[in-house]
Amino acid sequence: MILTLPLIISCQGEQSTLNTAGSEAEDIAHLIVVTAAAGAIVWVCVVGLMLFAAARRGEPMAEQSAGLVIAWGGVVLPASLLFILLAYVLFSMPATRPWFEKSRADVEIEITGEQYWWRVRYLDERGNVLFENANEIRLPAGRKVRLLLRAHDVIHSFWLPSLAGKMDMIPGRTNILWLEPERVGIYRGPCTEFCGTSHTRMSMQALVLEPQAFASWVEEVSSARKSPADARAHGQEAFLQHGCGACHAIDGTAARGRLGPNLTRLFERDRIGAGASANDPSGRMAFVRNAGAIKPGALMPAFPEINESDLRAISDYLGAAR
Amino acid sequence: MRLLPRELETLWTLFTAPVVWALHFLVCYLTVAIHCAKVDPGASLAAIRFMLAVATVLALATIVLSATLAWRQWGFGTQEPPHEEPTREDRRLFQGFATLLLSALSFVSVLFVALPLAAIERCAS
Repeated sequence: MILTLPLIISCQGEQSTLNTAGSEAEDIAHLIVVTAAAGAIVWVCVVGLMLFAAARRGEPMAEQSAGLVIAWGGVVLPASLLFILLAYVLFSMPATRPWFEKSRADVEIEITGEQYWWRVRYLDERGNVLFENANEIRLPAGRKVRLLLRAHDVIHSFWLPSLAGKMDMIPGRTNILWLEPERVGIYRGPCTEFCGTSHTRMSMQALVLEPQAFASWVEEVSSARKSPADARAHGQEAFLQHGCGACHAIDGTAARGRLGPNLTRLFERDRIGAGASANDPSGRMAFVRNAGAIKPGALMPAFPEINESDLRAISDYLGAAR
Repeated sequence: MRLLPRELETLWTLFTAPVVWALHFLVCYLTVAIHCAKVDPGASLAAIRFMLAVATVLALATIVLSATLAWRQWGFGTQEPPHEEPTREDRRLFQGFATLLLSALSFVSVLFVALPLAAIERCAS
């Protein structure tokens, strides 16, 4: 019972290849089961043969039949089995890594890996940026999503195990990954290529929504982007006064920095700093005070000079900024 | 004049099949990689697949030829290995037997290398 626990646990959760929520992930899970089962059968046969040989101690086989066993069991059978498995894997490739014409995309999102966060840009049909977000992607269920994967600095790797296989993000290249989420839910994706000190603190969340909910969310965010945000008096003032807007953007305000993550609608995100800490007042305040203590190697400097009242105001503002 | 010599007393015949395997591998992978890098993503591979299928048949035929010569050199299976005596005859038989085994390995490997041709229809970015 205890021995089976790791198996049972790894089949659940928001970051499991076996807990599938997308068509590619389903085919990948199927592939895992088939190859693992074939491997298990081969293992049982080999161990069985070994035990059989050990039990026959003292009774040598005739030379001719031993030769036949070696030729069939050692050459023909393994080669044929491998051939069949390889053929199965290759023929499942169109399903595990689908490719479509660009025009078939219902949604197009550009995701750029940066040290140590994800820049997310939703694009319109002509490839123009509708709005920018960070560390969280929202996807419509039952639709084809075309992801343009890029990297800003070093190689990162994008992987949402519950939705599809992984793909590298390489500086100077745009890799295309198609997703077809099927089940509404929240899924987690870690960076899967070592990218520096805080590589393990670089993750993202994918929220799969009903298509209508997704469409109204896109509509809401796009329209809010164009209208000026209500100046939440003290908070926004403190945010701008301390220079946060030099690196961070909050759509509809004077904060238009592009170096760091866009903080518009930060309240929607579960966590801050690409999964580094909780998105609550104490988490936000600690991150602003000294991001490097939570995320070693992060480009954001520490701000020991911001007084408590301003820090709280900034945190409250970020927690509510639309 | 014979098309094929009656006997090849050289070690080079041993490597024929693995060299064909290596060349076939390079031709397959380099052709597809260069073709896909030079054309639009999603371009059809039909012509390349046909060309590489022909290359595969040629590679397999060469390996079968190498295996046939090795089979002859090995005495058509009438001799039992291990052929370990320090005699000229045993050296000849040993080489024939080793060439035959390498040819079998290369034949299977060429098939494995060519298998993706049957499954991959187009380049993808």
